[in-house]
Amino acid sequence: MESVRYEAPNNVEAAVRLLAGENGAKVLSGGTDLIVQMRLMNRVPTVFVDVKRIPRLSALALDAKGLRSGAAVPAATLYGNETIRKLWPGLAEATDLIGSSQIQGRATWAGNLCNASPAADSVPALIACGATVVIAGPKGERRVPVEQVNVGPGKTSLAPGEFIVEFEIPAPAAHSSDAYQRLIPRSEMDIAVVGAAVALTLDAGGVVKAARVVLGAVAPTAILVPDAAAALVGSKCEDAALERAGQAATAAAKPIDDRRGTVAYRKKIAAVLTRRVAKIAYDRARAR
Amino acid sequence: MSNQNGSGSDRKFKVVGTRPIRHDGLDKVTGRANYGADLALPGMLQGAILRSPHAHARIKKLDVSKALAMPGVKAIVTSADFPEIGSGGMAAGESHIDPKDLQANIMARGKVLYHGHAVAAVAASTIEQAREACKMITVDYEVLKPVMTLAQALAKDAPILHEGRKAVGVPPLPEGDTNIMMRLANAKGDVDAAFKGADVVVEGWYEASMAHQGYIEPHATVVTTRENGQAEIWCSTQGPFAVKSMVAVTLQMDPNLIRVTPSEIGGGFGGKTTIYLEPVAVLLSRKARRPVKMVMSREEVFRATGPTSGTRIWAKLGVKKDGSFVAADTRMEFEAGGFAGSPMGAASMTLYAAYNIPNFRFEGLDIVVNRPKVAAYRAPGAPNAAYALETAIDELAQKLAIDPIDLRLKNAVKEGDVASYGPKYDRIGFIECLQAAKNHPQYKAPLGKNQGRGVGAGFWFNVGLQSSATVSINDDGSAVVRTGNPDIGGSRASMAITVAEELGIPVERVRPLVGDTDTVGYCDLTGGSRVTYATGMAVIEASKNVIEHLRARAATIWGCEVDAVEWRDGQAVGTNGASNNKPLSLADIAKQMAHTGGPIIASASVNPPAAGPGFGVHLCDIEVDPETGRSTVLRYLVVQDAGKAVHPSYVEGQFQGGAAQGIGWALWEEYLFDKDGKMENPGFLDYRMPVASDLPMIDTVVVEVPNPLHPYGVRGVGETPIVPPLATVGNAVSRAIGVRMHQLPMTPPRVLDAIETKKG
Ligand SMILES: Cc1cc2nc3c(=O)[nH]c(=O)nc-3n(C[C@H](O)[C@H](O)[C@H](O)COP(=O)(O)OP(=O)(O)OC[C@H]3O[C@@H](n4cnc5c(N)ncnc54)[C@H](O)[C@@H]3O)c2cc1C
Repeated sequence: MESVRYEAPNNVEAAVRLLAGENGAKVLSGGTDLIVQMRLMNRVPTVFVDVKRIPRLSALALDAKGLRSGAAVPAATLYGNETIRKLWPGLAEATDLIGSSQIQGRATWAGNLCNASPAADSVPALIACGATVVIAGPKGERRVPVEQVNVGPGKTSLAPGEFIVEFEIPAPAAHSSDAYQRLIPRSEMDIAVVGAAVALTLDAGGVVKAARVVLGAVAPTAILVPDAAAALVGSKCEDAALERAGQAATAAAKPIDDRRGTVAYRKKIAAVLTRRVAKIAYDRARAR
Repeated sequence: MSNQNGSGSDRKFKVVGTRPIRHDGLDKVTGRANYGADLALPGMLQGAILRSPHAHARIKKLDVSKALAMPGVKAIVTSADFPEIGSGGMAAGESHIDPKDLQANIMARGKVLYHGHAVAAVAASTIEQAREACKMITVDYEVLKPVMTLAQALAKDAPILHEGRKAVGVPPLPEGDTNIMMRLANAKGDVDAAFKGADVVVEGWYEASMAHQGYIEPHATVVTTRENGQAEIWCSTQGPFAVKSMVAVTLQMDPNLIRVTPSEIGGGFGGKTTIYLEPVAVLLSRKARRPVKMVMSREEVFRATGPTSGTRIWAKLGVKKDGSFVAADTRMEFEAGGFAGSPMGAASMTLYAAYNIPNFRFEGLDIVVNRPKVAAYRAPGAPNAAYALETAIDELAQKLAIDPIDLRLKNAVKEGDVASYGPKYDRIGFIECLQAAKNHPQYKAPLGKNQGRGVGAGFWFNVGLQSSATVSINDDGSAVVRTGNPDIGGSRASMAITVAEELGIPVERVRPLVGDTDTVGYCDLTGGSRVTYATGMAVIEASKNVIEHLRARAATIWGCEVDAVEWRDGQAVGTNGASNNKPLSLADIAKQMAHTGGPIIASASVNPPAAGPGFGVHLCDIEVDPETGRSTVLRYLVVQDAGKAVHPSYVEGQFQGGAAQGIGWALWEEYLFDKDGKMENPGFLDYRMPVASDLPMIDTVVVEVPNPLHPYGVRGVGETPIVPPLATVGNAVSRAIGVRMHQLPMTPPRVLDAIETKKG
């Protein structure tokens, strides 16, 4: 019979040693993906490396430069933070969508990202906000934009022995905001058929200066859609600009047919959500 | 609501109609209640089942030798360990099962008929060892082309699931090998002529997906066997006596050797009226000479246990301009799963039952496909049939520009009408339900943009069948009531309320128990909405028999004739000649039991041949997002005739639960198979039953038109609530988008397609 070990190091170096030491080692954050997959798909690691006891991974710091969040901070703490909700309402709403209250008490951004599901809800919102991860590994630490972490379904660019220590999100410029929506047939406890995140910065006159548009569940990883962003820049998110952004989203979407949606449906919804989410982000940015 | 005159209605109830806390509630909310998987016996082994990876294949060779040599393995069972049995029908709840089929569904013999069909079972010291050993069993399959849909099953060159098996039923029957297992047909009047005389006719195909009952507790059993052949079975079931007879027939053993104890049950909805694990565990236990536990995973529940049928129904309905129905014609195709026995028969009987239709015809086909064998699910067959008919009625209402409730009122059956399936209706409450729906504030609430309101109605027979009950009195004046019906819907509370009502004691002083097959009298299973009705009648009778004892004891104490003692408000009261005695409470008499004749206990049994049918009317308000096709249920109302609500909260709970399941079936739930016939969504993540946030609070109106067959006027209420929702929700969506939907579930892509097709 297989046996599983459990380790809970209290510093980054010890965690790196454990992870680098054996192939079957797995980082355990909230476990809401890992434990489920172990039970359902019989994917049993040789050792769970629980990173929740490392103080840096549970720390949360907000200052003028932005947010620094330990990788093991649970969703409930993140969206429960009023400042986070005010500065990044889209990221907060994406985080709030993960599972149910019970799941959110455990689930983390790092787990959502490193599980590498193309449908993960917080990932498009993190990318839209320009979030960066701090990765620790046998060769020390490095910083990488979130959009470079996932390389395919279930696959990350992390090297053996590496794990995510922190998220850094730059403070939004004046007149900025973001939004996220996903389409699911039900109202919760479901996996995004399509997800869309938009972050915008406006000038004083309400014209979009900068935009990031990200789609989830329509490609092997969450994707930035520069053409959609370009359609919004220079506009006040009038219908015509939204329409163009939507078309760019449809064009960029490369989804698959699966039990959760068809190619044709997902491409259509990519446009619908892009339009809607851009409008919400715009209205929020105007109000700031 | 209204409570017109009739049997039971003039009686002033004290406890019936109140809402005490259920007796089993505390253990359930604290986690103490013992469900099927909770029992552990010393030396107990764990059983696992090897299931077919193919939807349709012949088993050419099965070799368990390597698995037997694995560590911890104590026994392995295959179909070779089951006795060969002949065919012949056997009643099991609401459907008839062929014992041979029942056995072959439990353990595949020769052929596997769906992905997940059991082919072998292992008992080992740990569940991991049992699972590892399953992997070491080698099975040589000749893979056959799977038959996944009704169209594929009926195709000319369709692969045949059961070679050599002939269709039965009403001719003309297909010649030669066929996947049609049964054909039913009937007609009244001159249908073709009547259609010619109709002013408006609608017709169409209506499709519904196979749907699972979705009980939260997976199937589970523990079995121990003795050297003398006895088998003790603990399991999660709706019918311990049914398990006993089904295990006896599948293993060809003397039923007297079997004792079945039902565990607390975490939902059944009909799906636990049949057996899957129990005979396997008996055989494993016999071979290993140890107790064996078997518990299914959710995936196994989806792949291998009872959904209800997916259907294709063609329906045609004709009316006069004034809205009176003149003719109906229907062809129903039911997926039976891998073995014969869909609820097509019940569907054909309920199809026209709610309306007066002078000329009608139907044809129904029971068709095997390489999907799990269907089992009973809440009013089996009726929701599928009602989906077709109630949608057609809605289309007619739109064409005639008549209010959909008025159109139903115009044709609704009432007392004295002859039901389409034969009998004459006694007192029924369909008209009252339609009127209550029409008068409800929801029916007048304004609708916004992209919103639609659906109306739908439903009928279910309900059944009586055999029940027994025993009521005993403790020396402190409290009472115990024992029956053999597992409590899936709050029935223990109803049984306790009944005893409290009859004996005149507080309901908290009555303990309701569900016994095993050796400790209680025979009870047919918990199903057919029968427990509060039929078992409740046995409890009333048993309580009355107890009262006879109590009167006799009072007479002994007073030294008078029994005739001079009356039982009034929980007391023995003296009359003619004995009236100067101080009345004796139940507690007073109980205290003196030992001196007046010993313990007080009485039993009763009933076998009512009929039950009062239940009618319901539902309203659903839905908003459809025109850009995504996604539906949101805004408001939902269930109106149903309960006859008399013994515990109104549980009546309302049944209404709401049935509606919730029906809404899920209409909007989200479906079986998805890949091209090889492998189910792609065997879990609650992608088999989308509604979660709490998907539904509004479902409003209820309990109509009480007393059932003349029951002393309190009770009607069964458990099944009718799932009959109307498919059409009700469908009609709401169709009206919201202005396009008639013909296929369930109405998922966002399907609805968006319909919207875009309309736009052109
Ligand atoms: C009922 C239910 C509902 C759900 N609903 C949603 C939903 O609506 N939307 C959604 O997006 N997800 C959903 N999920 C999935 C899951 O909850 C999220 O992906 C969650 O964010 C995972 O975080 P975790 O901390 O629990 O990850 P874990 O399970 O601990 O880890 C997941 C993966 O990430 C790796 N990992 C974890 N932390 C690190 C780290 N610091 N560095 C490197 N690798 C790491 C692990 O090794 C593992 O491979 C749901 C899950 C369940 C059980």
